[in-house]
Amino acid sequence: MIATPPGPVVELSHDSRPIIGRGPPLTAYFLTLAAISVGLMTADQRYHQIDRIRESLSRVIYPVQRAVDFPFRATDWVTGSFADRSRLRQENLALTARLRLANLQLQRFAVLEEENRRLREMRANTAGIAEKVLVASILNVDLDPFRHRVLLDKGAADGVFKDQAVLDGDGIFGQVSKVNASTAEVILISDAEHAIPVQSNRSGVRTIAVGTGDQHKLSLPFVTVESDLQAGDLLLSTGMGGVFPPGYPVAQVSKVKRAGSMFALVEARPTARLDQAREVLLVWFKPRAEPAAAAATAQPAPSSTPVDGPATAAPPAQAGGE
Amino acid sequence: MRPMSMLTRRLLYWISMAAGLVLAIVPLPGWLDPFRPDLALLAMIYFVLTSPRIAGLGYAWLSGLFLDVLRGMVLGQHALGFLVVGYLTHKLQLRMRMFPIVQQAVIVMLLLGLYHFLMFWIDGLTGHGFTGWVRWLPVLSGALLWPLVVALGDSLTRRSS
Repeated sequence: MIATPPGPVVELSHDSRPIIGRGPPLTAYFLTLAAISVGLMTADQRYHQIDRIRESLSRVIYPVQRAVDFPFRATDWVTGSFADRSRLRQENLALTARLRLANLQLQRFAVLEEENRRLREMRANTAGIAEKVLVASILNVDLDPFRHRVLLDKGAADGVFKDQAVLDGDGIFGQVSKVNASTAEVILISDAEHAIPVQSNRSGVRTIAVGTGDQHKLSLPFVTVESDLQAGDLLLSTGMGGVFPPGYPVAQVSKVKRAGSMFALVEARPTARLDQAREVLLVWFKPRAEPAAAAATAQPAPSSTPVDGPATAAPPAQAGGE
Repeated sequence: MRPMSMLTRRLLYWISMAAGLVLAIVPLPGWLDPFRPDLALLAMIYFVLTSPRIAGLGYAWLSGLFLDVLRGMVLGQHALGFLVVGYLTHKLQLRMRMFPIVQQAVIVMLLLGLYHFLMFWIDGLTGHGFTGWVRWLPVLSGALLWPLVVALGDSLTRRSS
């Protein structure tokens, strides 16, 4: 029964203990835990040994992420189911019109694709054709505001693998950077740590598009003054490096400034809707075979079912595509 | 006034830390996002000041570790930050408890500044450096929120006693 002081902090009562006098235990505890933290960081950063710890922790975390995501999903559902009739009708009409147009284009496209496949078959190389896609939802969870990462609701249990390409309806979205049991973290192409090899659709100039940290801007730092790039050029993925399937739109050149003596200042705007997409596609495809691997697989007679070459480093789930 | 039982207080500490962690990943509108205060950290400071026997360093460290997983950071980064702030608060608590609220908020601002400097430093070491001034905003918002945290905490601990 000690009278509380008038200050804002309650109760100087039962837990007040002379911390200073009890120095050693607390400090020893502090130092031990600090050493463990430093060890963990080093192991995580340099040796990638502790993915197992992260995975088991993320299992505990998953319900929390789901719980945070839930109200947003529920609001979407409620507004969706109580949307008024006229708006639904309008949406329906617009979608039907778009579908008709898309079908029209698809008819023409189907012929081209068939022809393309026959030509590729002749070369015994079906590089870059998406074999399987999986729709994943983006969880409504904020990660670090200064890095462009999102969390998907599909993980190792669905066959997602590290470095898997992620697309949305309009272009390349990013790639998987971390895989947990039932979630996966995706780094967007606009993240300052991301780079993707691209090629101009018009002139065929190859270069690399680097993220800037701005969701509406990629930068192309390695374009020389002489190279043939203009504002409006569509940049497609080249498929080099085997992460992204070739031939998908990445960005549209928005600005070319030839000021310096060596490199031009080129900016591009991602075609994927990085800040609006709710659902994205995880893609399995057959990476372009390396020349050496192609030569190696060409020598033995091909077996009845096409088996991945040794150098393709394909994930196990890829075989389930077809 | 009968003091709250240790168990209730402990439960309250755990729940408020967990709530702080959940609030760390709740989506905010874009302009508000950089201001997001470190509520779990503020809750930890509050409980270290009011009930240091319960708010030990182990749970603080574990909360930081969970925050690392939630945000996809290098494992141990926030854990170390929580640990350092918790340790310093333990060291300062006898003095801090006597301070008027404004002075307390200033000390909290210094602690938050140290925490964010540590995060910034580790970010730089691991190659995720973001150098904009925006990343220091949580220090300010956290210090401004401190009186509110104290008021909320005091009312909670009083009501349930």
